Amino acid sequence: MSDQTKALQDYCIALGDDSLTLGHRLSEWCSNGPFLEEDLALTNVSLDFIGRARMFYGYAAELDDEGRSEDDFAYLRDCREYRNFLINELPNGDFAFTMARQLMVDTYDMGFFEGLAKSSDPTLAAIAAKAIKESRYHLRRSQDWIIRLGDGTAESHERTQNAFNELWAYSAEFFETSVAEQQLVDAGIAVDRTALKDDWMTGMQTILKQATLDIPTHDWAIGGGRDGQHTEHLGFLLAELQFLQRAYPGQQW
Amino acid sequence: MVTAGDKTETARLYELLSSVVDPEIPVLTLQDLGVLRDISIENGEVKVTITPTYAGCPAMEVMRSDIESTLASAGYERVSVKQSLSPAWTTDWMSADGREKLRDYGIAPPANTACGKSAKQIECPQCQSTEVKLVSEFGSTACKALYQCQDCREPFDYFKCI
Repeated sequence: MSDQTKALQDYCIALGDDSLTLGHRLSEWCSNGPFLEEDLALTNVSLDFIGRARMFYGYAAELDDEGRSEDDFAYLRDCREYRNFLINELPNGDFAFTMARQLMVDTYDMGFFEGLAKSSDPTLAAIAAKAIKESRYHLRRSQDWIIRLGDGTAESHERTQNAFNELWAYSAEFFETSVAEQQLVDAGIAVDRTALKDDWMTGMQTILKQATLDIPTHDWAIGGGRDGQHTEHLGFLLAELQFLQRAYPGQQW
Repeated sequence: MVTAGDKTETARLYELLSSVVDPEIPVLTLQDLGVLRDISIENGEVKVTITPTYAGCPAMEVMRSDIESTLASAGYERVSVKQSLSPAWTTDWMSADGREKLRDYGIAPPANTACGKSAKQIECPQCQSTEVKLVSEFGSTACKALYQCQDCREPFDYFKCI
């Protein structure tokens, strides 16, 4: 496998990991949503992310020279091999925390997939063109919720502000490019994520202002997800996600 | 080389597959939905191309196996179903016939072209009133949103434009 193919495969795996971890977290809301319609919405968004993970892992499997399948990538890698942004693996917290994270991720996804849709790699461009349609709906919903929660009761305002204060430092990872990724950017395959920051910030400022919330001012940042350095939460997530394949190797529906 | 015989054969395959429906919305065939993109015969193998509606739609696996079993029971032994992502599926591909069937089934069909500005109002499939209210951006499946009619008070699913 050439260096560039390896970099492309790693890129697909990282994007698959982002989608799978967040999709799994959202699926944990199933039967725990604040009301029925919201329960349905959270699990529908979860499905979109899991579907996205399958497309990225499926492409990584096509590029693989060891014959690994999409399931191998999802079920047979441990924490240090996962490359997702840390924000996606954090436990759901309360509904405000889940929706604050969702607004941050959806706002980022819109910019990212618009960029990826222009990739010189036709498969990545096709996945992105598909994903962006779904993200448009996700973003609309998370914007509505943050405005409703922030500009709601004193309780919902406080919880939502606390959620952004806690989550803000995790956004730094969105805009950090690794060396291998930079090669793909130069080749017109990957998205230059550093260039997405201004639009992301503008998007966040617009919604938080409407929601009467403050943009957190602290400037500390957390990273490491793309290097396989995770929070303690990922292990528990994978333990549940991977249990069946670990206990019954090769089991199929 | 495509011969006249192949063309007839392909037409017969389309005819056969018109019995395959969306498992979640059984009034819509895969052609109505715009999911069935192509059928071809190469070296005796039937190749069917479908495109997913939503990335994570669980109905896709069912559609795939329904296609395979329909063709198998019609005597086609070598069948492959390929999934194609590009161009991305859009509700614009839904047939006019399909939209009518949806309405009769109680689901409001997509009102506009994909993600365009509101050219048309969403209508209540029961009483055709346009006084409708969004209840949730997501309904019983990813492709639908939940609305309620302000006139007849019926809640209904709306098939979203995407």
